Amino acid sequence: MSNRPRLTLHVPVPKVRPGDRPDFSHVAVPAADAMRRPDVLDAEPGLRDMPYGLIRVLDEGGRAVGAWNPRLDPALLRRGLRAMVLTRAFDTRMFQAHRQGKTSFFMTSTGEEALGAATSMVLGREDMCFPTYRIVSYLMARDYPLLDMVNQIYSNAADPLKGRQLPILYSAREYGFYSLSGNVGSRFGHAVGWAMASAYKGDDRIAISFIGEGTTAEGDFHEALTFASVYRAPVILCITNNQWAISSFQGIAGGEETTFAARAIGYGLPGLRVDGNDFLAVHAATQWAAERARSNGGATLIEFVTYRAAGHSTSDDPGRYRPADEAAHWPLGDPVLRLKAHLVACGEWSEQQHEALESECREAVRAAAKQGEAVGTLGQSKPDTREMFEDVYKQPDWRIVEQRRELGC
Amino acid sequence: MATMNMVRAINSALDVMLARDPDVLIFGEDVGYFGGVFRATDGLAEKHGLTRCFDAPISEGGIVATAIGMGAYGLRPVVEIQFADYILPAYDQLVSEAARLRYRSGGEFWSPITVRSPYGGGIFGGQTHSSSPEAIFAHVSGLKTVIPSNPFDAKGLLIAAIEDDDPVIFLEPKRIYNGPFDGRFDRPVGTWAQHPASEVPDGHYTVPLGKAATVRAGAAVTVLAYGTMVHVALSAVEESGIDAEVIDLRSIVPLDLDAILHSVRRTRRCVVVHEASRFAGFGGELSSLVQERCFYHLEAPIERVAGWDTPYPHAFERDYFVGPARIIAAMQRTLKG
Ligand SMILES: Cc1ncc(C[n+]2csc(CCOP(=O)(O)OP(=O)(O)O)c2C)c(N)n1
Repeated sequence: MSNRPRLTLHVPVPKVRPGDRPDFSHVAVPAADAMRRPDVLDAEPGLRDMPYGLIRVLDEGGRAVGAWNPRLDPALLRRGLRAMVLTRAFDTRMFQAHRQGKTSFFMTSTGEEALGAATSMVLGREDMCFPTYRIVSYLMARDYPLLDMVNQIYSNAADPLKGRQLPILYSAREYGFYSLSGNVGSRFGHAVGWAMASAYKGDDRIAISFIGEGTTAEGDFHEALTFASVYRAPVILCITNNQWAISSFQGIAGGEETTFAARAIGYGLPGLRVDGNDFLAVHAATQWAAERARSNGGATLIEFVTYRAAGHSTSDDPGRYRPADEAAHWPLGDPVLRLKAHLVACGEWSEQQHEALESECREAVRAAAKQGEAVGTLGQSKPDTREMFEDVYKQPDWRIVEQRRELGC
Repeated sequence: MATMNMVRAINSALDVMLARDPDVLIFGEDVGYFGGVFRATDGLAEKHGLTRCFDAPISEGGIVATAIGMGAYGLRPVVEIQFADYILPAYDQLVSEAARLRYRSGGEFWSPITVRSPYGGGIFGGQTHSSSPEAIFAHVSGLKTVIPSNPFDAKGLLIAAIEDDDPVIFLEPKRIYNGPFDGRFDRPVGTWAQHPASEVPDGHYTVPLGKAATVRAGAAVTVLAYGTMVHVALSAVEESGIDAEVIDLRSIVPLDLDAILHSVRRTRRCVVVHEASRFAGFGGELSSLVQERCFYHLEAPIERVAGWDTPYPHAFERDYFVGPARIIAAMQRTLKG
């Protein structure tokens, strides 16, 4: 034996647990104007500082500052705000609906609404989003019918996905929103392939893809980055770092020693690290990456730093593994309140208008929920049982035909 | 002795093995501080220490690959895959590595890992929280596949799996974690406390792998089942009044062929039941074995009752899930034959 100390196995642990005082001292919050904005076609070796900074636009006073200020039209900002407020109203109502036994499962995106809303407004209808289950604000920003969502969540006779899919795992091709699945990560590479196909065809469509920081541990993430880099695919690869993957803090995904944006460096891709609760910063960074992709500059990896303010899903109780009041201490604040404050600071919004927006959204959601309930909630109403057997193949084979007959449908 | 549901029995098996063997360790997604999404590892990290039961990155391939490496070093890792539907990213590691390491190294290396995973439907979990993938493991030479149907067996089989020197896939029917669900969605599910198999010894014991249990003796027809379907079959037998013999296979690899043949040669009829979809399911193997070895004893064609050949559907779960009615109809067909 040498006289070195014996080996020990390192297992990461978060700084605080239930009952402790929340501590985000590891989350550095630089000034809103601290980051330079490189040219969208700068070569990757000149961008290697970017993954370690934090792109922000909104300062403490709600002003838009710095090189990344996208100088957006207030009307566009109000639309973004509406998508976020609508998302929150929808989440609140449908979470309740689950608690009332109207469906089997639900997930909210509370605190992360800026990510889908802002990116959705950068990408076009012809582009394709490969979402996670927490990117519903992407659809909200495109006025996807609330009733279709409610019917999907209730798996009722009017469910656009024909009763086949778990609640919230939407698919909305017309809206540039790829089919969701319950297994995490497995579509990250699809986005790269979709983008490669656009390049192959000589089109100008791009793809955007999302993955949770927890899921960056999957091989799918690393495979997608390799292909995106090798083929310079016109794709924006986004990590939503909301600090938690069910009960596991981001250190379990490898966030203790480095940033998730810095994963890009090993693949020769630009990596941007962005304040995910700052609608303007999310918009600006996405715009940068979209420009690069559309100009044949290839893929960008973006880490959106945010916080999952609610439980993982209706099956989760975050009070079991993190301080109950942690969300209130999150240093990057709340995305809805920050955009609202900005619009108010610009003289483009008021408390009264905000209240009116909130009640308008609540009312729209209430009306959709009622309409969906009139069709039926889970178990009260379902699509024709034949739908269970459709679309397994384009044309059913004898097995399906026989089994459908056996079930009498 | 204590009264335990299946989750507690599994927790107790893990607790016993952590205490007994310093080479046993547990990891998987959310299994550490939180104790697992189904609470199977509740309290174990606190009791046995952070390096004995810890959280893993969301990487099923990584979990199984590192477990294999630890196993090759001499540990006995017990890993959890949060839902059996998510075991597929680890399939290559299980098939190409865990299953063949002993064989290809001429016995130089082996890895005695246990991979626990909740499986099966009946919880409105949709396509990715309901599937029954046992056949894809049974097909692989070098893997063992174990499926308990009650708390007593769950603990004894899990300890046997951990102590086994080969890699074991341990599939836990999550629908019966908290009570012996019998396929009747219109009635409340009883709790395990009313079931004799909820009496579980506190300490170490094993239920050997490869030994089926006759859970009901009968003379008219043999029903082969495992996991949740054991309870559905028993309920079908009770409702129909058919004097069926119900055999709980408990492990599908190794398979207790003697118990199966012995029963079918007496009853001369056989119904095979599983939740997994029918085509190329494990029922096909059971049916072939019985046909090959009991052909001259059989009075009727062997029947298979299984899930439909579709992905697991959300709204149609109760049309998909094999219930007592379909088992009764199959038993009746064999009795007419
Ligand atoms: C392949 C696969 N493994 C495990 C799971 C179970 N699971 C569902 S969500 C989740 C956590 C995901 O965390 P993260 O990627 O950080 O996304 P977040 O939920 O925080 O948005 C896990 C482990 C799954 N759905 N798919």
